[in-house]
Amino acid sequence: MAVQKNTSAIKSQPKHLLGIQNLSIQEAKKILEEAKAFISLNRSPSKKLDTLRGKTQINLFFEPSTRTQSSFDLAGKRLGADVMTMNVGNSALKKGETLIDTAMTLNAMHPDIIVIRHQDSGAPNLLSQKVNCAVVNAGDGRREHPTQALLDALTIINRKKTIEGLKIAICGDILHSRVARSNIYLMNMLGAEVNVIGPKTLMPKSIERLGVKSFTDMKKGLDKCDIVMMLRLQNERMQGSFLPSKREYYEFFGLTPEKLKFASKDALIMHPGPMNRGVEIDTKLADDINVSLVKEQVELGVAVRMACLKIYCK
Amino acid sequence: MKEKILINARIIDPSQKMDEKGSIIIDGKGKIKMIGKNVKKSDAISSSEVIDLKNYIVIPGIVDMKAFVGEPGYEYKENFRTLSQAALAGGVTSVVTMPNTKPIIDNVSMVDFIIRRGRDKASINLFPCASLTREISGNEMSEFGLLSKKGIIGFTDAIKTVQNTETMSKIMDYASDIGVLIMQHVEDYELSKNGCINNGEVSTRLGLEGISYIAEKIIIERDLSLLSEFPCRYHINQISSKDSLDVIKRNKEKGLKFSVGVSINNLSLNENDIGDFKTFLKLSPPLRLEDDRTSLVSGIKSGLIDVIVSDHTPEDEEGKRLPFAQAATGAIGIETLLPLALEMHHNESLDLTKIIETLTINPAKILKINKGTIKKGSDADICVFDLDKPWAVKGDDLKSKSKNTAIEGRKLQGKVFMTFLNGDLVFKSK
Repeated sequence: MAVQKNTSAIKSQPKHLLGIQNLSIQEAKKILEEAKAFISLNRSPSKKLDTLRGKTQINLFFEPSTRTQSSFDLAGKRLGADVMTMNVGNSALKKGETLIDTAMTLNAMHPDIIVIRHQDSGAPNLLSQKVNCAVVNAGDGRREHPTQALLDALTIINRKKTIEGLKIAICGDILHSRVARSNIYLMNMLGAEVNVIGPKTLMPKSIERLGVKSFTDMKKGLDKCDIVMMLRLQNERMQGSFLPSKREYYEFFGLTPEKLKFASKDALIMHPGPMNRGVEIDTKLADDINVSLVKEQVELGVAVRMACLKIYCK
Repeated sequence: MKEKILINARIIDPSQKMDEKGSIIIDGKGKIKMIGKNVKKSDAISSSEVIDLKNYIVIPGIVDMKAFVGEPGYEYKENFRTLSQAALAGGVTSVVTMPNTKPIIDNVSMVDFIIRRGRDKASINLFPCASLTREISGNEMSEFGLLSKKGIIGFTDAIKTVQNTETMSKIMDYASDIGVLIMQHVEDYELSKNGCINNGEVSTRLGLEGISYIAEKIIIERDLSLLSEFPCRYHINQISSKDSLDVIKRNKEKGLKFSVGVSINNLSLNENDIGDFKTFLKLSPPLRLEDDRTSLVSGIKSGLIDVIVSDHTPEDEEGKRLPFAQAATGAIGIETLLPLALEMHHNESLDLTKIIETLTINPAKILKINKGTIKKGSDADICVFDLDKPWAVKGDDLKSKSKNTAIEGRKLQGKVFMTFLNGDLVFKSK
């Protein structure tokens, strides 16, 4: 029997979602529009569609993740795709297999879309050069986390109708945060003014070149802000070389009801999670449904990821 | 060997302040017999071979002060034969090789090995360095005296820096007595930890850990401080930033004697060239801002920087096809050293003579070798090039065993036409 020829070489190049930096405003708006339609679906009793029936989605997670991974998992399943999740942190790569080798192996299984989370910045870009399917970045190093920014945008739009004209503050460990970077690009693109606030040791060099104002003082940085995005401070960075102590950080950069008063009267709080209560945010504030959007972010995350999978999985 | 006469060439030899149309006679022993505008065809014996070099420039064979040859241990990256071919195709006739091989060149028997191996396999003049510290560990100094007697030209930990100030002061103190050349890679590891590119806008955008210019500056400050106490022959392998240059200027003005190198990469590229994670541009020291690059060029002009090196670092594809942070550091460059340096002549930022000086007589003087000159009586190591010939760099066409060029696709002007080693024509471009 003749073996069927592999025609993948003549297929047109798939589009990837590698970062907000590579996204046009039209593309971003299209994702947000699509996602809106999925919000109500996700709240209805029957959540399953067959949009991606017959398609294979591989979640390739080199770094542990709970919410992003389960969100992508659920999003794929709700669209009817066959979803396979690989936690590579403890398998082949530990045996010396390179990212490229893993990519080639997976590529041979003909997936339609690969969702990748990797500890190294740029890993999704490298992967996208070596596979024939679409690649969606679920977070790479400290570079980008595009679906997080998109779900943040959707959450804001859901509450404030539009992002245009808003003033948004991003506070905390900007240096190590891919969430901060993706949000800076996206919020700027959608017409917001962005402030970043954090201690100098956690502020990346030349951050203003990304189109933000940077502050080391919460009072100044939060002034007239409509949205306050708090970032997670990694445990290992709380003590020693970046900061003197957890206490000192909370004193100057932890979000408390008092500090929130510096922002605009109807300001809302966001956090990509998981939260360090009592380190970057007061625990009561985090749970206050009148100001905290944390639960909504998680909910709308599924809708945004469904929209991304639908658009990029072709 | 038959006597040769090269005629109608423009001869540029900064060692004798020569830039003139003239002829060169190479005697039967491969030495320069006569050179200059007054040499006539009739000065050569009638049976000599006449080579007409109309429209070409003749300079001394290039001396490259920093190249990595894969032998021993990394033959899959480069070997003496492939390095020689690449060097000669770039007009380089003398190469200082780095000791960070496997095993490391830090003892007398390894020196015997590489000198023998080089003699058998290489077709260029090799000047091997041994490591500054045993096993490049940064702890104990190597046997400077014994290794020098065996033919070691200088001591360097190649891509590593002696971090311990006490060790460094002892090294310089000891070296100042016996007169050996110390060549330091300048990088503070605590400050450069995990870093892979310049700390700046590009590292912020790409989400990569940056290396601050301070990591380089602080070691230069330290070493020059020590040098004023222990005046030894001290050379900084490569600098990359404007700030380092400021420190060097201050110290040279105070009268401190030392020499400084720069890689051709830092003179012709900046951090923006890294683009979307081009691992071939992951270099050490890293590419920095355009402002740094232009400062380095003016550093050459003002004489603060003495030599340009290729920093030839062959790496195979496997080492480069990785996420940026994990990818190997370094790029090949020995074959494109001169053509890329000529860019600075074509864009009028440097005099041609100055460029040639940093590639020939300056490194030879620092190394105290009789190279980098084509004065009467010296070895006929000669590079002949076409100053204006346009071409585009294609990694696959380069002679090095590894193809990791940092300037793939770059359009250059100027190409090596012929290379002579001890009077023999060892390379001719097609």
